[in-house]
Amino acid sequence: MTKWSQIFIKSNLLVPLVAIVLGLLCGALVMWLGGYNSWSAYSALFHKVFGSSYDIGETIRTITPLLFTGLSVGFAFRAGLFNIGAEGQFMIGMTAATIVGVKLHGLPAIVHAPLALVVGALAGGLWGAIAGFLKSNRGVNEVISCIMLNWIALYLSNYLISSLVLEKGQQRSEMIQESASLSIGWLSKALDNARMDWGIFIGMICVALFYILLWRTKQGYELRAVGHNADAARVSGINVKGSMLKSMMISGIFAGLGGVFEVLGVFHYQVVTAASPGYGFDGIAVALLGGNHPIGILLGSVLFGALTYGSAGMNFTANVPTEIVRIVIGCIIFFVASHGLIQMFLKPRKPGRKPKKKGAVDGGSDLGLG
Amino acid sequence: MDLISDLANLTNSTLVFATALIFGAMGGLFSERSGVFNIGLEGMMTGGAFAAAIATWYAEKAGYGGASPWLGLLAGIVCGVLFSLLLALASVTLKANQAIVGVVINILAAAITLYLVKIIFNGAGDTDILNEVFSKWAIPGLSDIPFFGKALFNTYPTTYMAYILVPLCSYILFKTPFGLRLRSVGEHPGASDTVGISVTKYRYIGVIISGVLAGIGGAAITLTTTGNFSHSTVSGQGFIALAAMIFGRWSPWGVFGATFFFGMAQALRNFIKLYDWSAHIPMEFLYMLPYLLTLLVLAGAVGKGVKGPAAAGEPYDPSKR
Repeated sequence: MTKWSQIFIKSNLLVPLVAIVLGLLCGALVMWLGGYNSWSAYSALFHKVFGSSYDIGETIRTITPLLFTGLSVGFAFRAGLFNIGAEGQFMIGMTAATIVGVKLHGLPAIVHAPLALVVGALAGGLWGAIAGFLKSNRGVNEVISCIMLNWIALYLSNYLISSLVLEKGQQRSEMIQESASLSIGWLSKALDNARMDWGIFIGMICVALFYILLWRTKQGYELRAVGHNADAARVSGINVKGSMLKSMMISGIFAGLGGVFEVLGVFHYQVVTAASPGYGFDGIAVALLGGNHPIGILLGSVLFGALTYGSAGMNFTANVPTEIVRIVIGCIIFFVASHGLIQMFLKPRKPGRKPKKKGAVDGGSDLGLG
Repeated sequence: MDLISDLANLTNSTLVFATALIFGAMGGLFSERSGVFNIGLEGMMTGGAFAAAIATWYAEKAGYGGASPWLGLLAGIVCGVLFSLLLALASVTLKANQAIVGVVINILAAAITLYLVKIIFNGAGDTDILNEVFSKWAIPGLSDIPFFGKALFNTYPTTYMAYILVPLCSYILFKTPFGLRLRSVGEHPGASDTVGISVTKYRYIGVIISGVLAGIGGAAITLTTTGNFSHSTVSGQGFIALAAMIFGRWSPWGVFGATFFFGMAQALRNFIKLYDWSAHIPMEFLYMLPYLLTLLVLAGAVGKGVKGPAAAGEPYDPSKR
């Protein structure tokens, strides 16, 4: 039984790099078919990302939520769980932070902002723990329960925002109190009013925490053991149920933090939306590309964040629809997920023998329903 | 308006909303029964809805008139199949993780369709409103029956197709050798392989049928409900179909019951707006209902806990037989 966490341990750096190149080539091909100049589009993307200090700041802002959801998905992967629900945990974390940020008055900033942050993170964690509980105690496949929880989170958030903190006559919440803000004023000024906040710094701390939790604590060892082989872990006396619950909770906290900074750091209000923002799904891409390793996830979020932010430039300069970047991201995940394809081309074939197995991938054996 | 006529109208629009879900969920059923977990349903339906809109639009301009929506339906099927081939290639042949490939299909379908819409319609985010869409057919004789005539026999051709689809799927899956083999591949691929059933072949067939049905489901949304295609045309109905498949416990009649129920949840949104008291009901809870119920059913809080096909989600590896 090969598990999620092993998908990448077996392969090397080559696969993600080849996947990125192939993804960009696919994007170029799609642009060429659509009658656009892909070279000028990609250079417009590059210029948009590094063009000015404002753009660099805004790129970092785009990277932040992807870093958090990437860490969230990656952490669960390590424990053998596919947290497709980072999207919902993100929404719930955001909503909790908005409500605390708007509703509490008169607190000093040193109390209010951290309080909103902690409440948001815990709310995300609890939302993740629901899927963890259903998995460990009722045997419900976490992919299915997370999909359902994502939609429930979306509508629950809309309901809570519109019934508790709605700005009159608008489809969004009231502004959060000044004391709950996690923006960094001086840094924004230094970067031409790009929306800078503490998110990226807390994100870096989370990258370190991710590593320490998993590789430097007994609990982390147990989580990884469950991820490698739940049966073996159970036999050797590890509390498998508890580990699953714990890992989904921590995973949810990461995603929830992403939502917290989106509202307390960037927008300062939350809109009532018909669809969730999609950071959770991008987090899957980030975690996969980053091999579920904290440094890899950081690099993955930088790449996808830059692509996402730069797509506006492609649209403006080369007139290419911004969706092209979603196509590129989709292709990259496709190539990473079916890296048997890439390995087939990379591996020299032995003459006279047909390769029996393409690649060594059979991840997802724990995806059996029920 | 009297109660009977209200109820007939409600049933009628419930079935119209349920049509897309029936096709989508039956698609999911075939894929999952063959052992391939299909969360790309949403993407396949998006593809179907998009292709139907574009093909109908071109056919209408080329002067095909009333045949246009049928060509659109055909295009929807083709597009659904294309996406399903991607799923089959990656998850059956390349043994990639099925859930991840499903996510990829959802991302790609959403992006590619919108990209093409923007190219074809000069940067606009939605297609023009179609003139030649399906209109309701009243079946002579049957449509005169009180209540049932109005509720069941005065509706779109796609809905009539859905009526036939449910017993047909039930028959194919449970009464034919083909259905038995398809299910066996999803329950115990090792055993099927031993008796000479090609796991790869049946999984490909299961996934392709899934693409055909999901494509029709998506096309039905464009050609009956919305009349054009935009990013919000499908908006989660693929996931509701997935939920309906689980809520219906992987059986065609169960799925039909679930889709009827979820279709009613959608129809009710428009229906209760006619009444003043509806302002006090938070709509969000009505939106949430299908997902919440599915979660409860899965958790075993409603009835017995359910288990899907035993091997769904696992790539088949003959060396581990």
